[in-house]
Amino acid sequence: MSTQVVVIAGLTATTVAIKAIGPVLAGGRELPGWTRDVVVLLAPALLAALVVTQVFADGDQLAVGPQTVGVAAAGGVMWRTGSVVLCVVTAAVVTAALRAV
Amino acid sequence: MAAGARAAIPLAITAGLVALSFPVLATDVGFSPLATVIMSAVVFAGSAQFTAVAVLAQGAGAGGAIVAGTFMNSRYLPMGIALGPSLPGGPAKRALQGQAVVDGSWALAAHGDGTFDRWRLFGATIPQFIAWVGGTALGVALGDRLSDPDALGLDAIYPAYFLALLMVEARNGRSRGVAAAGAAIALFLTPFAPAGLPVLLASVAALIGLVRR
Repeated sequence: MSTQVVVIAGLTATTVAIKAIGPVLAGGRELPGWTRDVVVLLAPALLAALVVTQVFADGDQLAVGPQTVGVAAAGGVMWRTGSVVLCVVTAAVVTAALRAV
Repeated sequence: MAAGARAAIPLAITAGLVALSFPVLATDVGFSPLATVIMSAVVFAGSAQFTAVAVLAQGAGAGGAIVAGTFMNSRYLPMGIALGPSLPGGPAKRALQGQAVVDGSWALAAHGDGTFDRWRLFGATIPQFIAWVGGTALGVALGDRLSDPDALGLDAIYPAYFLALLMVEARNGRSRGVAAAGAAIALFLTPFAPAGLPVLLASVAALIGLVRR
């Protein structure tokens, strides 16, 4: 089998399994009360981690670049206006402008 | 479902544009055009696909590419555990519904009280799936004629969107503290841990929820 077939089949299998484990094991019943706060707090923890790893990391190096400035500006726009669309447009425009100069 | 799809339109546009650039990298490491489109349709995880292909380009074998891509997807484990109780049906049906989880959809579907709106999840994922696979196919057709999507600032859209969701989500001091802790954990681990694991391990910050207020 060629590399492409092995990679696609293998990555499909692990992705499907990872996405299935939680619903199979944690599904079909109410969460006990003490876990509810943990679940609520997973979203801010994971979202913040996704933001900083995409904004401050270049591979395994910590780095700042045009997209760092773009996303920071977008955060300011979101804070002032509350508009998600304005926020993402600002991120792209500022980042692209900094790369163009 | 329609509300989820509407909320995900910025994500779908981004997914389509980012997907345009995937075939350039995939065909560089020997993927056929058909295999490239199939990969987007069956793996449907941008960060894992880019990581796997980048690892192949560095000379690693199929095993290394699968492991690296799997690490990248490891964050879907805590997301799935959180989502599980909100899905009806037997284990097989729940496992199938869990396949709809991608970052943006999962965050959009969260009610903020620990439960999830599964129809909003499905609705948000459908346009992203269509855009991801369609963008990949279009990228294959365009071949090397594509300009660099980074020049358009597209790589800033995902983190900006997640930041916006975070600002909507983190309404109280406790969730803002957890966000700061998750960000700190991820940044601290980035130089040492394989790509993807820092995000997974940031979920440890949510365990502060075990402490009674």
